[in-house]
Order: sequence, then structure tokens, then C-alpha cells
Amino acid sequence: MAIYTKEEARQLMEKALSFSKADNCVINLSGSESGNIRYARNTVSTSGHRSNQSMVVESSFGKKSGTATIDEFDDASLEKVIRRSEELAQLSPENPEFMEPLEPQQYDEAQSYVDATANITPEYRAKVAETSIEAAAANDVTAAGFLDDSKGFSALMNSKGLFAYSQNTNVNFTVTMRSNDGTGSGWVSRDYNDVNKFDAAEASKIAIDKAVMSREARAIEPGKYTVILEPAAADGLLSGLGSAINARTADEGRSFMSKGDSTKLGEKIVDERVNIYSDPLDPRVPTSTWNGEGTPLKKTEWIKDGVVKNLAYSRFWADKQGAELIPFPSNFIMEGGSATREELIKSTKRGILVTRLWYIRSVDPQTLLYTGLTRDGTFYIEDGEIKYPVKNFRFNESPIIMLNNLEELGEQERIDGSLVPYMKIRDFTFTSLSDAV
Amino acid sequence: MQRREFVQLAGLGAGALILPMSMMGSEIPVEALLDPGMDVAMKKRLADVALNTAKSLGASYADARIGRYLNQYVFTREDKVQNTVNTESFGIGIRVIANGTWGFASTNEVNEEGIKKATQQAVAIAKANAGIQKEPVVLAPVDSHGEVSWKTPIKKDFKEVPVSEKVDLLLSANAAAMDNGANFVNSALFMVNEQKYFASTEGSYIDQDIHRIWPTFGVTAVDREAGKFKSRDALSAPMGMGYEYLDGLASEKIEGPNGLILYRNSYDMIEDAKNAAIQAKEKLSAKSVDPGKYDLALEPNHLGLTIHESVGHPLELDRVLGYEANYAGTSFATLDKWKSGDFKYGSDIVNLVADKTQPNSLGAVGYDDEGVKTKKWDLVRNGVLTNYQAIRDQVHIIDQNESHGCCYAQSWNDVQFQRMPNVSLEAGKEKYSVQDMIKDIEKGIYIAGRGSYSIDQQRYNFQFGGTLFYEIKDGEIVGMLDDVAYQSNTQEFWNSCTKICDKDDYRMFGSFFDGKGQPSQVSAVSHGCSTARFDDVNVINTGRTV
Repeated sequence: MAIYTKEEARQLMEKALSFSKADNCVINLSGSESGNIRYARNTVSTSGHRSNQSMVVESSFGKKSGTATIDEFDDASLEKVIRRSEELAQLSPENPEFMEPLEPQQYDEAQSYVDATANITPEYRAKVAETSIEAAAANDVTAAGFLDDSKGFSALMNSKGLFAYSQNTNVNFTVTMRSNDGTGSGWVSRDYNDVNKFDAAEASKIAIDKAVMSREARAIEPGKYTVILEPAAADGLLSGLGSAINARTADEGRSFMSKGDSTKLGEKIVDERVNIYSDPLDPRVPTSTWNGEGTPLKKTEWIKDGVVKNLAYSRFWADKQGAELIPFPSNFIMEGGSATREELIKSTKRGILVTRLWYIRSVDPQTLLYTGLTRDGTFYIEDGEIKYPVKNFRFNESPIIMLNNLEELGEQERIDGSLVPYMKIRDFTFTSLSDAV
Repeated sequence: MQRREFVQLAGLGAGALILPMSMMGSEIPVEALLDPGMDVAMKKRLADVALNTAKSLGASYADARIGRYLNQYVFTREDKVQNTVNTESFGIGIRVIANGTWGFASTNEVNEEGIKKATQQAVAIAKANAGIQKEPVVLAPVDSHGEVSWKTPIKKDFKEVPVSEKVDLLLSANAAAMDNGANFVNSALFMVNEQKYFASTEGSYIDQDIHRIWPTFGVTAVDREAGKFKSRDALSAPMGMGYEYLDGLASEKIEGPNGLILYRNSYDMIEDAKNAAIQAKEKLSAKSVDPGKYDLALEPNHLGLTIHESVGHPLELDRVLGYEANYAGTSFATLDKWKSGDFKYGSDIVNLVADKTQPNSLGAVGYDDEGVKTKKWDLVRNGVLTNYQAIRDQVHIIDQNESHGCCYAQSWNDVQFQRMPNVSLEAGKEKYSVQDMIKDIEKGIYIAGRGSYSIDQQRYNFQFGGTLFYEIKDGEIVGMLDDVAYQSNTQEFWNSCTKICDKDDYRMFGSFFDGKGQPSQVSAVSHGCSTARFDDVNVINTGRTV
């Protein structure tokens, strides 16, 4: 599988487009290659390699459209996929939500492709596993981890002359360290576009320290507690808020963002220190500058000073509502403060430090109530110090209530392609205890 | 969950419907679904290329899976067709053991050259990783089956039913919902055909043709004045059946309490959509539950998910051993509890069985993905933990020398590993109906259908919602409830099971998307049971004001 350059992709897609006889034609070309290694019980378990490439063609006649896909790119195959999509379009019912392809657009370029990541070898992956396993064995803990790296490209061209292209690389690493007596567990997650930023030993040490520190946790009563959520924990609940920015469901009256016959746009819904935006050009979380419809993605404010600034639209819905087209974002950035993790702990009289939240599920979409559990390192804080590990809790909480009970924001960290700060929250609702380690 | 492994296909309910990439493939014209594909003799010849190449490179074991995966999906909302998708994915996955270590590689170049190259890659990966291998692979013996085949016993092949008929069914169901007061309805049909050919160096050549179907919808009612909305999802189950599941046979309907219509092995989608609209509107004004202890009567399409999470997952041996520690988690059901021979998983009437042969179930196949003939076995008998779910490379750890036959890979390009078989609760032996059960309850809640579900990584603490809740007072249903969720601990919960209805009430719940492994793979699995009673369960109120 080849990672096509911008020019190679353009030429191939122009060739395909030259066969088109439809009113409109949109072509997506993408390819990716990824490798992974998995380990558990302090030994390697499985590893693998995957690659795929495909060209997806959507042809349309009026409001009738058809889609066909192919993974071979010789001339005969290109013509075949175009003809097939045209035949399917002629057979399809009219789609009342069909939108004509976009005119040519200007796109920014994000630095989301790094050669070092693209060139990761099986030997590098084995070395990461070995580093992690050796550190675990030396500390009487057992490692289970997963490293997954990928490189890919994506391109879009249509019969109106639009062309978009992007490349990206990613490396994702997670490891769970469990103490050999089974009473302690720690976890860490790292993700980057650039593998040079990744340090397997540093990451593994954090998980090992948490595993050792969390042994023989004490049970404390569930209830409302001040919590310090590490970025991975906060991200779990913020994702729930992210799902609520859909303008269509808000307009239809079936979203947290709905309000009578209108929406909560312009309304203050959380603490005024909460600012959430998206920006594909941010060098810490670079990502695609265009979406599947070809709409350019720009820096967009979603919540500013606690107020809902924008809701996200598909092209169809923006057109129907006569609204400005604000596309769905490809990352999220929540502004933080300057406090470090240690400083947040130091300023806490009594509270709980949470490493991550697990098995998060929506309980009530009306109030954005979610349930889930703490996992892999939950600690009781008293008078500015971690005193002892505590048993895991189940929570029932809404990110809206959580962000209204904000005490303080700390430094940001990258989590799953987004930037999320440490946050101190008062009155976080834990509803029961779990014996799980 | 890795977000980029999922694709958004269409809006279903208020949220987006996200499908794993593995459920996709290349789009093909609908007629191509009927193409018989590569013939068996050719598959055997090509599989032998993989096996012989692996052996010549020093592998001590090899298997090859040539897979053709055909999917058809239809999506609609209200009076519109959103999308119809036909996809095909074809390729070969080769797994080897070399130097005591697993290696795996796959390719969509299903020809001699492509297969040789992939086999070389698989052996090279195994040898590269052997250096850090501390537990060489040990395989339990397996019968050599020779050339055999198996097919899901379907009556109507979805591929032979015109798309227009499927679209008409969904639009009719949508219309029934809208005519009865729904504000929105999304509906979908998922149809899957796995054509799998397996060969191994143990002397088996197995050709299988597996069918699954899932009709579903989400109906939403909105009260703009009150600023409220409520949804009621379909009471169908995904099944290991053909298109005949949609015949809506009267003989397969079960009358539940309060006029509820429930479905066994045949589904009436239009009738259910109509009832869904009526019930979604009723939910808008249902009483918010008073939190506290209740006796719960749990309907099979609800209890199936509880079985899945609190019995199916904790008894996966690879989880118990720590192989899934970094993702799905481990298990409270540790080996010492099983070895004791008297670990009370549930009350005396609780019998939980694993079964890869159950007719109409999602997990039913003739042979698993490493060539083991499927079977049925006990997990919990008379309340006591008796066994786990294990495959060829792990069953020796629990001192058994026969795999349970529950190895599965979601596609040809994923490596196979231990996956949950159908896990079901046996029906009560004495004549006992749901009506009898309700009569016997003083303060309780009857819960039907799946809802919000969450459980910890060792499967102790869980919280479940549902689709419909009815309050029981002094032996009678007194009305609908809302904001209900129950929290419990697995062992405590199953030990509080005091009654199970008889076999007349038995039916299956199912899931198309059980997730496990890194990279994550999905698997389809069913869970059968009759309505069961659990005493003194903690119910919380999930209503909030924001």
C-alpha cells in the first residue's frame, strides 16, 4: 500500500473523474497502514499489521445518488467504479436531503504527518513492549499493554473542481500495571502524531507507581466529594458534552441543547471559566482541516466564558435552517489553568484523585447524565496530600453539573487527539462502591 | 474504544449510529450479493498453499481462514430512505505458531503469491516476538474433521429479498409510529452473511455459511412545552436467522403485562413500532420512581444484557488470566473460586449454560474459528461456578484437554481469539408464568428491554436501566415508571434470584456488537432466559435538574 502524495492523489482522482457522465461526482481516496503489538502477563501475546486503501465514488443525477467502492486503481478499475456508482444512482430513490457538491475551497495545512512515526518498525514495537515489561518485572507488577501506530492519507475531489488532501500519523500507547498481589492497578495513556515525543519508560513508570500506590485500597462511603480529575478522567465526561453540540437534534427538541421551540445557543450553561474550542492547526493536536463534505475546518469556539457560542451543522441542516455552516470539529481543546497536578493536590483540604473513568454510558440524554466507574488509581487526599488509596466508585454525574461545580482548572494534557486540563470539581456524585481493582 | 476504528453511517435515535469498520467492506451492487464466490476446491488449494508454506518455514502449527463477508444495511427516518448499503469483504488470514509463539498476517490478495507472502510475514512476526516470549503456546488436541460443511438453517435468504421490500417494511413501520404520535423515528435493517472456509495443519477443511439479521428502530416523542423527550427502542432481538424472522407470526408473540407484546423467534416490526409510539408518549408523563429496595421482574430482552455483562464476560478465561487487563479488564471469578468447587455464583435455582449450537442464536456455528466442533457446557450448575469459556491455547490452564469451541475473529484480517458463546439462564422447571410472578410481588418493578448499562472492569458492580418500567403493587401492575436504574453486585444479584418463569416464556436477547481485544473486535452473541425475579434490589432515581 502506498501513501500517495498530494500530486499522485490529484492525478489519480482526475483520471477517475474523467470517466464521469453524472450531473455530479464526488471521489474520496484514502489509504492507511498500521502496526501493533500487544502484551499481557509480562509477555508478548499478539501483534499484527494491517493496510488498506480504497476509492469511494458518489455519482448523482438530480437528487438521486449512488455510491461504489474499489481498491484497485488501474484505468479499467477506475472506469468500472464510476459506471457502477452511476448505475446505482439511476436506480436509487430521490434523497430529499441531497446536497450538490461544494465549490472549490481554500484549506489550511496542519502538520499532522511525521516521518519518524511513519517509519516505525516491528523491532521498535518489540522494544517498547520489552521496556515496559522489564520495568514491571523489576517492581513486582504485571504489565498488559498495547502500542498501535499508523500512517495514512485522505483526499477528496469533486466535479465542481474542489480538491482537498491531508496526511496523518498517529501513535497510541496504553498500559495497565497490576501489582502481583492483585490489590493494586495503575494505567497510563499516551497519543502523539510524532513518536519522538513518546517515552515508553516514562509512561510505564507512571502506571507502575500508581499500581504500587493503590494496593490495599480502603473503602470510604460513597457520596458527594471534591474530586481532582486527571485529564483522561475529565475527557470521559467531556465527550458527553461534545455529543450534545448537534444543531439538528437541538432544533428537533430532542437534545440537552433544546429549549422549548428553540435552543440553548447564547445561554450560559456552565461556570464562566469554561472555554472549549476546536482548532485543527493547534501544533499540540494537529488534525484534518476539512471534513467528509469538503467543508474547511477552522478554529471554532463552542463554549466561551460558560456560554454556548456555536452548534454544529451538516450542510443540509444549515441550508434548511438558513443558518451559517459551522461544521462538526475534528478535535476539542478545553482551556486550562497554570496549576500542576501536585499544586491541585496541595490546595485540596479533602478530596479524591481520579486517574480515569471507565464504562461510561449515557443514562439520560435530556440532562446529559452519565454513569461509569473510577479505575486504575483512585486516592484519598487530606490536607494537601495523598493519604491512601480508596476503593473504586460508581458515579452518576452530568458534565453540565460537573462544570458548574468547578473549583479550579490545571494544566492541559493531550488525550485521544484532544487537549483536556486537570480539573478540581466540588460535589461530584459517587453513588456506590465497587470491589474491582 | 478507538474512535477512528468506527464509521458513522446514519443518525439512529437522538445519537449517531456508529458502526465498527469491520462491519463495512467495499460497496457492491445488490446483485453481486448472490454471486456464489470462490468454489470450495479452489479454497482448499489456496489454504494448502498457506499451510505448506508455514510448515516449510518451520511453523509447528498453521491455520488459514478464507473469508467472504457480505453485509446489507438499510436506513430510514420518518418517510425517507437515508441509505442502502451492500458491502463485500474478501481475504485470507493466516495464523502460525513458530518457536512457540503466535504470528498472524492477512491479505486480500487471495492467490498463491499473496498467500505465500502473508504466510512469510506471519512466521516472521512469530519469530521476532519469540525473543520476549515467556509462555510458549500449548494447544489442546482437536479432532481432524476432514472436509465438512455447516450452514445456518435459514428459510429465507436476505440476499434474495428485493431491497424495495425491505424499504417498504421500514417505511411502513415508521408510518405506524408517526400515525400513533411519534415525533421522530429512525429504523434500520442489518443483514450479515459470513462465508468462512477454515483449514489447519490438524487435517480439517471446514466450509461454513452463516446468516444473521437485526431489524431495529428508535421512536422519540417530544413535549416541547415541558422541554422533555423520551425514546422507546424496538423490542426485537438480533438473531441467527434468515429474513423469515420478519414474518411476524402470531404463534411467536407473547402477551406481557399491561398489554405489552413481546416476540420470540418471529418479529412484527410494524406492530412494535405502533406500540413504541404509544409507549414513548406515555413515558413523557410517567411517574418518577421513588428510590429504594424493590423486587424486580426482569423480562428476557432486558435480562439478556445483564447475563451478558455479569455472567458472560467474567467467565471468559482469557480475562480471568489477565490477557484483557489493559482494555476490557479482568474478572472477580478467579481460579481459586472455581477450584474451591463450592463458589456460590447464584441461588440454587440458577443454572447458566454456554452453548454454541442453540438454534436461531447469533453464536450458533458448526465449528469455531480454529476448527473445533461446537458444543454446549455448564458454567453455573445449581448456583455453583463449574467452568469457564476457553479455547485451544488456554484450556490446559484449567486442567482440561478439550477446547470449548468458542474461538472467533470478526473478519479474515483479524486474528481469532476467545469470544463469548451464547450464555443463557435455563428456564424454571415448574409451571410458572409472568402473571403468576407479578401476583406474588408486593412491591416491585417489571422491566422490559435494554437500556443504559455499565459494569466495572472485574464485573462486580453494575448499573442497568431498561426500555419500559412498570410499577408492581400488591400483585398488580399499577402504572408506568420513569428514571429507573438498579445497582447491584454480581454475586449478590444472582443469589437474590428467587423465581424463574417456565419454558413458555423463554426467548433470546442478542447483541451484534460485543467488543473485546486490542485492536478491538466485535462479535455477535445471544442470551436466552425466561422472566426472572430478583429480591430486594437497590433502585436509584436517575432524574436530574440541570
